[in-house]
Amino acid sequence: MATRAIEPDFDPLAEARAEAYAMPLADIDMTDPERFRNNTHWPFFERLRNEAPVHYCANGRFGPYWSITRYADIMAIDTDHQRFSSDAHLGGITARDMDKDFILPMFIAMDQPKHDVQRKAVSPIVSPLNLAKMEVLIRERAQTIFDNLPIGETFDWVDRVSVELTTQMLATLFDFPWEDRRKLTFWSDMATKDETIPGNPTKAEREGYLLECLMYFTGLWNERVNKEPGNDLVSMLAHNPATRDMIPMEYLGNLILLIVGGNDTTRNSITGGLLALSENPDQYAKLRANPALVETMVPEIVRYQTPLAHMRRTALEDVEFQGQSIKKGDRVVMWYVSGNRDERAIENPNAFIIDRARPRQHLSFGFGIHRCVGNRLAEMQLRIVWEEILKRWPKIEVMGAPTRVPSAFVKGYETLPVRIPA
Amino acid sequence: MPIVNYIEHDGTTHAIDVATGVSLMEGAVSNGVPGIDGDCGGNCACATCHVHVDAAWLDRTGERTEMEAAMLEFAEGVAPDSRLCCQIMASEALDGVVVRMPAGQH
Repeated sequence: MATRAIEPDFDPLAEARAEAYAMPLADIDMTDPERFRNNTHWPFFERLRNEAPVHYCANGRFGPYWSITRYADIMAIDTDHQRFSSDAHLGGITARDMDKDFILPMFIAMDQPKHDVQRKAVSPIVSPLNLAKMEVLIRERAQTIFDNLPIGETFDWVDRVSVELTTQMLATLFDFPWEDRRKLTFWSDMATKDETIPGNPTKAEREGYLLECLMYFTGLWNERVNKEPGNDLVSMLAHNPATRDMIPMEYLGNLILLIVGGNDTTRNSITGGLLALSENPDQYAKLRANPALVETMVPEIVRYQTPLAHMRRTALEDVEFQGQSIKKGDRVVMWYVSGNRDERAIENPNAFIIDRARPRQHLSFGFGIHRCVGNRLAEMQLRIVWEEILKRWPKIEVMGAPTRVPSAFVKGYETLPVRIPA
Repeated sequence: MPIVNYIEHDGTTHAIDVATGVSLMEGAVSNGVPGIDGDCGGNCACATCHVHVDAAWLDRTGERTEMEAAMLEFAEGVAPDSRLCCQIMASEALDGVVVRMPAGQH
């Protein structure tokens, strides 16, 4: 990675475009993490949307699967939970099957009716009333982070801002011991790291860390289960009739869901937003001239970044879909990252435009019964970030290329060097 | 055109002409009526166009579909008069319909 020149993206992209259109359609495998690390997946998705919107890959990295790449088709599959299952035991919600010997049941990877009752146990934490209460605290913490950033020197935005802010947020939601909060970040990473990529921890190591996470949280559960119900997620799970009798792996599964869902995604949208503004100085100028545009910019950041590249379903029956025969048991991958750039649904989709008329019409949160439970919390965090930045500095400069996460699921950044001009 | 009366949570009323066949969600969003989001664009897939239908109009606005009921499971403050208004189409029969918006759409 260190040998790669500073982007602009278009150089590797030009090469990728040639490759994308030269190779046989059947050979295109979008689950290759390298295309995400290099940010070269775009022309491949573009070709699939135009030439094979319901595309079968027989030799995928994680096995055979269908790719759904157009906005409207993704909407159709996402809202058809009767025929397209999220069940962990059928593989779950990522292109890569959940390990059969380490099933983590979590409500995102469940079907009705159990999904509904478990989701309802945690959703009160992101109710409008609770969000309004949390806003003050989140803003204070964000202010402290921003007030302590170095001025006039280059630092890593991911570590100092994106990770720190979302980790603090998560620690607040769990009422997690403050000094230990970076454990949450670590467990979040361990939950999604692909052990087939050299340098990443092995499966056994990852599982060991996740069991450590379970032990830690079991301590918090035991501490809170006999106290009055509190307003944190652990207390909510421990006291709600729908979740208080969960087996340990189910507790761990739901924790991981909330940790990854509340951490990785917003983290990468915080970084992606700064990157997008830096690549689009006209939009940055527009924002400075009218800070009220933060309101419409936030959902545009979430669309443009698409922090989770896909969600997966498993067909529960044979389904004829757009002229293709999806068979019972087939893996179906909905590429949100592609649907969010589909010109059939979104005008000028490759442009970052902070004042779109209907900015929330994007796929990043999913649609249907599995739609992101924390979407308004995520938007609130991003809104606070940009309101506080605009109060302080006219510009934050991106000093070099980001390094991206090698994953076809978590679409994010490991580092982004930036500088706040003195 | 049929008139739809949208009442915000604070009591502010908006009487809007909505063309026959256009959803009450679309009627609100395209006329700048606050309090209805409609994130999914009318696919009954996000539960951000939740309204309470006035008792006098409930039987004329029809029944929830299965999908609508599933999505309403996750909206705030759902009551027997709750609907997702992207699933209610304006019509002459609904001329004068009254819907009330909840405090928030999430």
